[in-house]
Amino acid sequence: MQIDFQTEPAKYNHWKLDFDGHHANLWMDVNPSKGLYDGYELKLNSYDLGVDIELYDAIMRLRFEHPEIKVVVLRSGKDKVFCAGANIRMLAGSTHGHKVNFCKFTNETRNTMEESGELSGQYFITLVEGACAGGGYELALATDHIILADDGSSSVALPEVPLLAVLPGTGGLTRVTDKRKVRRDRADIFCSVEEGVKGQRAAVWRLVDESVAKSKIEETLQQRIENLSDCSDRPNDAEGISLDPLQREFSEQGVHYSNVVVELDRVGATATITINAAGLIVPETTTQLKDMGDQFWLLSVARELDDALLHLRLNETELGLILFKTNGDLSNVCALDAFLQSNQDHWLAREILLYWARVLKRIDQTSRTLVTLIEPESCFTGSLAEICFASDRIYMCEGLFEGSKGEAAISLSPCNFGRYPNANGISRLVSRFWGESDLVDQAEQHIGTLIDADLAEELGLITAAFDDIDWQEEIRLVIEERRSFSPDALTGMEANLRCVGPETMESKIFGRLTAWQNWIFQRPNAVGKEGALRRYGSGIKASFDTHRV
Amino acid sequence: MNELAISYDTSIPNNVGLSDDRRLLKALQKWHPNYLSWWQSMGPEGFQDSMVYLRTAVGVDPKGWAKFDYVRMPDYRWGILLAPRDENRTIPFGNHLGEPVWQDIPGEYRSMLRRLVVIQGDTEPASVEQQRFLGATAPSLYDLRNLFQVNVEEARHLWAMVYLLQKYFGRDGREESEDLLVRRSGDEDKPRMLGAFNESTPDWLSFFMFTYFTDRDGKMQLESLAQSGFDPLARTTRFMLTEEAHHMFVGESGVSRVIQRTCEAMNAAGISDPNDIENIRALGVVDLPTLQKKANLHYALSLDLFGSEISTNAANAFSAGIKGRYHETKIDDDHRLLDSTYPVLKMVDGKPTLVDEPALTAINMRLRDDYTADADKGLGRWNKVIKKLGVEFSFTLPNVAFHRAIGEFANIQASPAGTIIDEATWVANYDKWLPSSDDNLFITSLMKPCHEVGQYANWIAAPKVPINSQPGDFEFVRIAA
Repeated sequence: MQIDFQTEPAKYNHWKLDFDGHHANLWMDVNPSKGLYDGYELKLNSYDLGVDIELYDAIMRLRFEHPEIKVVVLRSGKDKVFCAGANIRMLAGSTHGHKVNFCKFTNETRNTMEESGELSGQYFITLVEGACAGGGYELALATDHIILADDGSSSVALPEVPLLAVLPGTGGLTRVTDKRKVRRDRADIFCSVEEGVKGQRAAVWRLVDESVAKSKIEETLQQRIENLSDCSDRPNDAEGISLDPLQREFSEQGVHYSNVVVELDRVGATATITINAAGLIVPETTTQLKDMGDQFWLLSVARELDDALLHLRLNETELGLILFKTNGDLSNVCALDAFLQSNQDHWLAREILLYWARVLKRIDQTSRTLVTLIEPESCFTGSLAEICFASDRIYMCEGLFEGSKGEAAISLSPCNFGRYPNANGISRLVSRFWGESDLVDQAEQHIGTLIDADLAEELGLITAAFDDIDWQEEIRLVIEERRSFSPDALTGMEANLRCVGPETMESKIFGRLTAWQNWIFQRPNAVGKEGALRRYGSGIKASFDTHRV
Repeated sequence: MNELAISYDTSIPNNVGLSDDRRLLKALQKWHPNYLSWWQSMGPEGFQDSMVYLRTAVGVDPKGWAKFDYVRMPDYRWGILLAPRDENRTIPFGNHLGEPVWQDIPGEYRSMLRRLVVIQGDTEPASVEQQRFLGATAPSLYDLRNLFQVNVEEARHLWAMVYLLQKYFGRDGREESEDLLVRRSGDEDKPRMLGAFNESTPDWLSFFMFTYFTDRDGKMQLESLAQSGFDPLARTTRFMLTEEAHHMFVGESGVSRVIQRTCEAMNAAGISDPNDIENIRALGVVDLPTLQKKANLHYALSLDLFGSEISTNAANAFSAGIKGRYHETKIDDDHRLLDSTYPVLKMVDGKPTLVDEPALTAINMRLRDDYTADADKGLGRWNKVIKKLGVEFSFTLPNVAFHRAIGEFANIQASPAGTIIDEATWVANYDKWLPSSDDNLFITSLMKPCHEVGQYANWIAAPKVPINSQPGDFEFVRIAA
């Protein structure tokens, strides 16, 4: 079955959005019979990837279609339950790969929510009424403020360890300690108790921001909405743009979007993603930008690339290598970057820049070998050049190639120096030149100049340059060698090498927590015939191999 | 010590050697004043100074554990009473089948047990709260006394659960004990944990139906806990069951007396059609169709207390040896249920259909079936009363799909006969199947106190069964001026 990441509010099965002035309510009301796959029911607002795809869509629409929305209240449309977390039967029945991809996408969505308040002035409040467990609490943890109903029964819980022999692995553990600053022994207790923590203790332990009597909830909520609205710099009266359905065409050979083409080479186990800048028009004013809406080139590319990456991750798992190419006029892309840079305070320009930053992170977190090929027709500059620096290897054509008009070149813009931080919170160039800040400074001095292969090699911006004679053969060897390695070893190696430099909460979640989780997900104590995840719901106790590893 | 005798050497009567357990005694003594203030503020309203003819447990042996005398309710000797210990008892079901029962809680089951004890404990004070205003409209001193007996014993059941919490669950247990006194039935901010215990008990018919149907759920839960491999819980609940039996007697005999009175009044007035509601009501008695509607309502609410038909929690508790089935030791099977199935009524393609499910996860369903069978017996006895008095009417339990808020049938509407119907049909028939506001107004209009010795309100017959050999004209409550 092919999983589609495109949806729209009219098609939602699990969420409802309503709007009230500067705040929106995002209601989670999961339809139990509308799971992505057969074989499980999404009871008690439990979720699967399908629920998360809708959530991601809702969040993107809130950002782009509703600039006036400053606060989003996340709440349950069901009585007595906020969210029971990821559906256990779905997890128990999923392949390992699906579980990993599901958790990764889920956490990426949560990261998007976290950035939303900090960078886009759109804050999230979670109102927890009823049980809020596992992934349900992880979702709440991704928001800016958690209100818990103090009604004697509403609670927050991370019951994965005692109940399922896995971890609250989609950021739960890390967000409890690093974000909410819960003391580690309290966190330990919290994660060991199936039923979690309720009432004032949840607030005292900082698991929630406040625990509020039922009769005071609406009043408190209004107050928090007002407070957070006051902190927001989103415009009061701007009109949003509409995110229309993507123009896509799937075929055996790949996917054709309007500005992005994905070509699949199943024999070579390679997907080539080409970004085409031929249709790029640089607006002169923000009014023009707004009029272009979702057809504005970089926004269109961001949406298409985002969709393509998710498609490859979930639906094309055997293609282990992604080749990135671009095609277009370098100066045009430079002009576009300059336009966005100079209008960065305009809400829509800001959203586009933030979205591009997120798509780049999506590339960072994609467990395929990433190779950028810089060819004579390429237009890797500024925003697009970040794709190079996200890649594991960067190869560039050197000198004139037969049939091409000029030599391959790249260029740098100010946005390569901090506009698009990676999960480690630093720019990809700082990460690339970790410990060699003089190389970063040197590169910065070349902002705006055309950099050919020789200079690029000298500046350390590429892996290697090959001339017309060697190019095809060298690239073929790189691909074939890569294909001969263990995909698991490559995933581990690449993930390690991509995360150079300091840790952030975000990088810890992906790099450490999910790695542990993915190990545990493979272990018999969780997924073996007698493991807890398999036996969950049967009433039969799991039996553990008690050796510590 | 002799477990059959109750020790009064501390302020808390008990047969658990409380005077030797300083830690527990200290904890309970700290809880005691809070309990008393809860009783004063949330117990029976207006009768705290009256002298009530109550039974108090003086021993836990089946022969003569109760002693009757007048007592002011706040002076009632609530205490901690466990059924005697059987030294050779083994765990009767689950993974630990055949192992000696636990006298202490195995660490891995601590949270699960605590949750069960807290939920059970929460229902006990809840019903006292729900019934606290009924004294003002009691149909007789006999009924008033029965109400108060039920109330003090439900409160003692709270003590029983608090004992377990404080003895075996450390600081968490002490906190939960305090919380049991903080939650309030129907309170917006601090409601009781289960839905049915936040509904009001506005009149005596509701009280009788509640004690018949809802306390019977309590009985089934206690029966399941009485099987527990955690012996103190099993012993506690076994003793609670002896008291619970009286509560169901109050319900069954209460409804029966209402039926009897109605039929007698119909006969005296020459009315033979039980549906001649207007004329029957004019006699100042409750027509039988309205009683059926009340039964429909309370039965459906009580079924919801059994939770989802398919339940992982119930399965886990069974496997763990914590909570068994009704009459577990009398069931002829392997008591492990790893491979067996149980038929569960589920919605399949829009129709209620029996589907075989793993028996472990169908524990709730089985207990609910046992409940239905148990509840149905009383209806048979009510129908005998009607028949004996020559009226053409019989009570039936509605289908389990009728008026449900939890489980397989929560999202559909069904008639009492079990036919799946659409929303419009449901709305059109609601007043036919469940008490309408007119019905409730009529019932309320009957609720006038009858506090004279030996007198009974017009809508209810005098009891046949004496209390401790005291006849119906005994002064069961000496109401304080």
